Amino acid sequence: MSARKLSAPQPNPETQTFWDGLGEGVLRIKTCEACGKPHYYPRHVCPHCGSDRTRWLETAGRGEIYSLSVMRRGEGAPFAVAYVVLDEGPAMLTNLVADDLDALAIGQRVRLAPQASDAEATGDGPSLPFFTPSGD
Amino acid sequence: MSLRNAACIAGAFEHPTRLAPDMTTPQLHAECAAGALADAGLSLTDVDGYFCATDAPGFGPISMIDYLGLTVRHTDSTEMGGCTYIQHVAHAAEAIAAGKCSVALIALAGRPRSEAVQRFRPGAPEAAFEQWVGLTNHTSYGMCAARHMHDFGTTSEQLAWIKVAASHHAQHNPHAMLPKVVTVEEVVNSPMIADPLHRLDCCVTTDGGGALVVVSPEIAKTLNRPVISLLGAGEATKGPSGGLGLDLTVSAAAQSGPRAFEEAGVTPADIKYASIYDSFTITVLMQLEDLGFCAKGEGGKFVADGNLISGTGKLPFNTDGGGLCNNHPMFRGGITKVIEAVRQLRGEAAPAVQVPNCDLAVATGIGGSLGARHGAATIILERQS
Ligand SMILES: [Zn+2]
Repeated sequence: MSARKLSAPQPNPETQTFWDGLGEGVLRIKTCEACGKPHYYPRHVCPHCGSDRTRWLETAGRGEIYSLSVMRRGEGAPFAVAYVVLDEGPAMLTNLVADDLDALAIGQRVRLAPQASDAEATGDGPSLPFFTPSGD
Repeated sequence: MSLRNAACIAGAFEHPTRLAPDMTTPQLHAECAAGALADAGLSLTDVDGYFCATDAPGFGPISMIDYLGLTVRHTDSTEMGGCTYIQHVAHAAEAIAAGKCSVALIALAGRPRSEAVQRFRPGAPEAAFEQWVGLTNHTSYGMCAARHMHDFGTTSEQLAWIKVAASHHAQHNPHAMLPKVVTVEEVVNSPMIADPLHRLDCCVTTDGGGALVVVSPEIAKTLNRPVISLLGAGEATKGPSGGLGLDLTVSAAAQSGPRAFEEAGVTPADIKYASIYDSFTITVLMQLEDLGFCAKGEGGKFVADGNLISGTGKLPFNTDGGGLCNNHPMFRGGITKVIEAVRQLRGEAAPAVQVPNCDLAVATGIGGSLGARHGAATIILERQS
């Protein structure tokens, strides 16, 4: 089975701070000073109210599995695709890493586990916001 | 403006090929267009409106109108993934009602088995947050199925009944990619692709295409074909909404369906035949709930025990075999959904699966990625007596 390629995301002016945070082990999302609601993935303009008064919010990097599906076929399989609902509110699409993918379940608590993207090995790519069971 | 009886589907054609290594995509488009126009009793010179989506190569309508030799006064290249062509029927009716055209040609074609095809435009704002995730359609729809099972107790065996019903229909379709009848056991014992979806929970991948001709009611009356009228239409989109609106057990069809039924002035109980987009078994189950054929969470019970099989079940669906067994050209099942609904309303479906006195049908679809962001389109069609 061939290794899975984790293509490096391209940071841009809207998202550079997000990717910088992961390099420091911190998961940042955006929140809005106009409506008070957080969002993920991060945008300059709030998707809830349209205000541009958004700012970065450092999360605790913890949450709960909303749903998951383990890909069993193809490059790099098996791997677990999931939605994690952060304790701060927003759900985010991610991957789960665990010794036993079959033991992962909806409702399970997870924590951030930054994963190197392929380009990171060569020094240019950012870390990816993967999650892993936290046992709490 | 209501779309009720604003336009009629006069022509429908499904290309018989499922593998086209020696054809081009524009050629397939042209053959589909010719097939639908011949079916309607019209010709290229009658077409004054052209509808296509991103499967049309090059500059879309600009390239294809010139390639086909059309002269039109209205174009529409609305793109909403696989359900686009259901939506195009409604948009054609809008254009006809507004006087912008009177004979609209809608076409789809592609060769995903024979050539590498580009499915997404680059530069999506979500791309940097999702490309590395490995969100194929399998895992996207798999997450919907997993959450549906978690919340409502839906089982793999119940999902399997959707494939079983499609296979019962496909055996009567000489063009079907998978004409063999399968059992629930065969579905749940087929290899797991992305939990909880097995290989036989997935649709086929095919080269091919199809086309539709939508005309004004006045023109429809002059043609020597049954008059199939649009009664109502709805469309909607749905996404994670910044992460606060995620609910993988409800599709955008929960909005498009009720909109279509309200405009048509009919209810799900009135429907004689349903074309339900079937990229995966779970896609069908969720849309049946979202359109109101059963309550949310009751889809598993609704589809079990052959309830979708024509002749014995309560709601005959996808009597051509659907995307699950017959055809899913260019990864897009919208146009074949409309085509089989037209066949049923005309009484031209395969005799073994023809619904008696089929005068009211629904065609509904999902486009994009159900587990991420997607669109839905629903139309209600009636045969005029
Ligand atoms: Zn806001």
